[in-house]
Amino acid sequence: MSLTRLGKTMTLGAGALLWNASALADWNLNMTESVTDLGKEIFDLHTLVMWICVVIGVIVYGLIATSLVLHRKSNGQKPATFHENTTLEILWTVIPFVILVAIAIPATSTLLKLEDSSESDLSIKITGYQWKWKYDYLDSDISYFSNLAADSRAVREGKKAPEDVEHYLLDVDKPLVVPVGKKIQFLITANDVIHSWWVPDLAVKQDAIPGFINDTWAIIKEPGTYRGQCAELCGKDHGYMPIVVVAKTAEDYAAWVAEQKSAQAAAVASADKTWSLDELMVKGKEVYDTSCAACHMAEGQGMPAAGFPALAGSAVAKGPIANHLKVVMEGASGTAMQAFAAQLSDVEMAAVVTYERNAWGNNMGDSLQPSDVKAAR
Amino acid sequence: MSEAHDDHHGAPKGIGRWFFTTNHKDIGTLYLWFSFAMLMIGGAMAMVIRAELFQPGLQLVDPNFFNSMTTMHGLIMVFGAIMPAFVGLANWLIPMMIGAPDMAMPRMNNWSFWILPFAGTMLVGTLFMEGGAPNFGWTFYAPLSTTYGPASTEFFIFAVHLLGFSSIMGSINIIATILNMRAPGMTLMKMPLFVWTWLITAFLLIAVMPVLAGAVTMMLTDRNFGTSFFNAAGGGDPVLFQHVFWFFGHPEVYIMILPAFGIVSQIIPTFSRKKLFGYSSMVYATASIAILSFVVWAHHMYTVGMPVAAELFFMYATVLISVPTGVKVFNWICTMWRGSMTFESPMMWALAFVILFTLGGFTGLMLGVTPVDTQYHDTYFVVAHFHYVLVTGALFAIIAAVYYWLPKWTGNMVDEKLAAWHFWLSIISVNVLFFPMHFLGLAGMPRRIPDYALQFTEFNQIASIGGFVFGLSQLLFFYILVKTIKGGEKATDKVWDEPEGLEWTIPSPAPYHTFATAPEVK
Amino acid sequence: MNDIDKKNMKLAKKLAFVALGMFGFGFALVPLYDVFCDITGLNGKTSNSVATIQPMEVNKDRLITVRFVATVNSDLPWKFEPLQKTMRVHPGEINQVSYVAKNITSTDTNGQAVPSVSPGQAALFFDKTECFCFSKQLLKAGQEKEMPVHFVIRPGLPEDISNVVLSYTFFNSDSAT
Repeated sequence: MSLTRLGKTMTLGAGALLWNASALADWNLNMTESVTDLGKEIFDLHTLVMWICVVIGVIVYGLIATSLVLHRKSNGQKPATFHENTTLEILWTVIPFVILVAIAIPATSTLLKLEDSSESDLSIKITGYQWKWKYDYLDSDISYFSNLAADSRAVREGKKAPEDVEHYLLDVDKPLVVPVGKKIQFLITANDVIHSWWVPDLAVKQDAIPGFINDTWAIIKEPGTYRGQCAELCGKDHGYMPIVVVAKTAEDYAAWVAEQKSAQAAAVASADKTWSLDELMVKGKEVYDTSCAACHMAEGQGMPAAGFPALAGSAVAKGPIANHLKVVMEGASGTAMQAFAAQLSDVEMAAVVTYERNAWGNNMGDSLQPSDVKAAR
Repeated sequence: MSEAHDDHHGAPKGIGRWFFTTNHKDIGTLYLWFSFAMLMIGGAMAMVIRAELFQPGLQLVDPNFFNSMTTMHGLIMVFGAIMPAFVGLANWLIPMMIGAPDMAMPRMNNWSFWILPFAGTMLVGTLFMEGGAPNFGWTFYAPLSTTYGPASTEFFIFAVHLLGFSSIMGSINIIATILNMRAPGMTLMKMPLFVWTWLITAFLLIAVMPVLAGAVTMMLTDRNFGTSFFNAAGGGDPVLFQHVFWFFGHPEVYIMILPAFGIVSQIIPTFSRKKLFGYSSMVYATASIAILSFVVWAHHMYTVGMPVAAELFFMYATVLISVPTGVKVFNWICTMWRGSMTFESPMMWALAFVILFTLGGFTGLMLGVTPVDTQYHDTYFVVAHFHYVLVTGALFAIIAAVYYWLPKWTGNMVDEKLAAWHFWLSIISVNVLFFPMHFLGLAGMPRRIPDYALQFTEFNQIASIGGFVFGLSQLLFFYILVKTIKGGEKATDKVWDEPEGLEWTIPSPAPYHTFATAPEVK
Repeated sequence: MNDIDKKNMKLAKKLAFVALGMFGFGFALVPLYDVFCDITGLNGKTSNSVATIQPMEVNKDRLITVRFVATVNSDLPWKFEPLQKTMRVHPGEINQVSYVAKNITSTDTNGQAVPSVSPGQAALFFDKTECFCFSKQLLKAGQEKEMPVHFVIRPGLPEDISNVVLSYTFFNSDSAT
């Protein structure tokens, strides 16, 4: 191949790369431009460094290609004898150094902005659990768990195909709802092992470390739904604890907050009424599927080899109801069974214990009322 | 310790030869076959991973076993395949390159090797233990590994201790050999680059393998003896684990690449028929990389919540490493430039190294920029980066070395037609396997997940196909190795066209004992 | 050859000492990390012991917003909340805040609170003269207890920090591993 043809091919190649740049993001080939100003800065910095690498790559690979074509024994090329050149060595030490400084300056500025979560309008505590997230709105009393959505869970249990589930593995039962245009401070910690809260469209990623608090922030410019995933290996269901953030306009957000408060009030009220066995079973299954099935499995069969006992036919689920309640409330020390007293409300606790005692052939016939649970606390 | 043998006794007979040998050539062979076996085992695990990731949904394995596969794949490739292969090359080549009759401590050399099959068997054996194999990633972060690791974790810790001990003994041997046993006239600045890079690597190993031993010991006591190094409830800090681990971990990745730089620095001059450009710069660049490697570890921890000052320091130090690395690449190019190149198999692999390792270096630079790493960290972008530098980098250099020196070891030339098939199948499939992972990471796919959202399907399928072809291509390598050992066109002493180095002044195959008398080095 | 053997053994012994030293260094990293963090406040760890307060000037021109966060580990069946969500304080001024914890089960349990401060640099300047995190806390079945913290933010706090988060995580110290 002659030098001119080589040169033309390389120019075409470089041009193709350049044209691709903006199209790349749409084809899922490139990072998101994100919906925050800081995220856009990060995207721009990524683009800058990538193009610097491309240009250097074109030069370096161009030189290699040229040499491979021209400096062959089969062309009759005789080897030259030079093997040092101090000027060149200095040049190709200093020039890359200067390029690095050119990268470091905008990088430093962006990093300093990333780290400054002061004077925020709203603070939300995010706690990573195996394998779900808990959201606490620190200035109101809204607090809830966010679990993998039932549809995605159904795929794991073989009841659906992934292609039939919208937002497979990227959907939750209760998303994090936030207002646009406000500076939101995320205070991140974990309950058990290290997790990491990552939403690409918000350009936020911060590790959730048990016993320690990390903080980061975002100002979301556009309403919308933004999806992310846990980004630190945290055990078997690391791939099954997604994050969904719904950003609403100020009015919609206020409406949502009001809705949450009245729902909370209703939940408290429902703890005082008497629940039928059917109602308890329905609610109990819901609680079981989100809070217990990860370890004890959908049909109560557990994973005994991994240390998660079966509940179907178990001594606890078929033994005295007070003891069953105690195990769920206080956990079992020395095992992975957590204390759910603080995680489940009276209604949820009564329902799930009832469900466990009557499902999968356990058929104990007894049940708990939310008021029973309240009395036991 | 170094009784003189008559040359014409040659190698001892029988299987005992391999258990009791103190001969650096035999021990080099043992290391290389061991590492090849581990490459196949680790590769099989990669096949399980790629098979599961071929489609969304869980088809083949459960998530816990998948986590064991990713963990064991990493451990086996790092500690079982790449590191022992480089030690095997060191054993075979360093004494011959410096005109020494053997390594400084031949008996310790034997022990250094024989620890490995024991440790490797124990590590692979964890797959069959109750509770399953380690499943917390090859980086075994606390508290996932300390509080929630399976029962086999203690065996994992023991295996790591043994592997580390073997590396440390091997490094002591290598340093003593290089510093004390060079032929008269071979000053440090006349040593082949492979010897230089191994000298520096051996110092890195002695400095950081003990720190890894400290980390796993702290893990052992946290798990069994009531300490709380990494447990917040007891006043400890999980992030401390990451600092200790990566203080070892970052130099470790340079340990896995510096010998590769040395190999490539010897192959390219031979096939360019031109001396290596900038010998002293290459030595200083290698030393700079090694020193800098000690102060960049926290670039693996950018999202852990470090304060700005620390993040800035680590960002600056990390991107700085690209300067000496770039110097090396430019020197290789200048070696080729206006040379008279031929493209036998060692040269093909060495060229592939230069091109593709550089690509891995570019993504490394991108990853070093802290604010952008917020979007790259723990995604497939990182997986792409380190597989480029470790597979198309370290592994390709090892393969290049084998093709280059195999005629010296066996006395037979390699069948170049078969070798060309091995090369082209590998280089195409390895890019089909790893290049799409850049896109997956940028598009948002995290690491270490057994199942993924639907938009990641196509690139995962492409990668899996590349993976299967790449894996199968290495079976061809096995066939080529066996074929060459058994026979082939006879190799001359020089093998290639006027290569530099003492190893080309002795017969091919190299006699069992060489340089019983030191050669003269001008 | 004997000379070479001696040289080799000597060098090998030196290198083995280096290896041993690095093993010790690995363990030394533990207190080194603590000291480093104490001096620089890098990991947000505040002291677990009483701070001796030098008399200091209150900076009335500066206000720092302190947010109080409470987390309970799922091994501990307690409710745990700060009585106040935020407080605006002057550097140099001693303040008090209380958390309240309730054991919501029928078994007595012991808990250990672990503090964490964000940003990390603020941890250096955050002194506690009284804190429930200094010792284990016993809550009998159903017992609710108010737990005070007396703290002061020293005036040296960097000018660019105006928000500080004080977070406690309560762990079960009965089943402590």
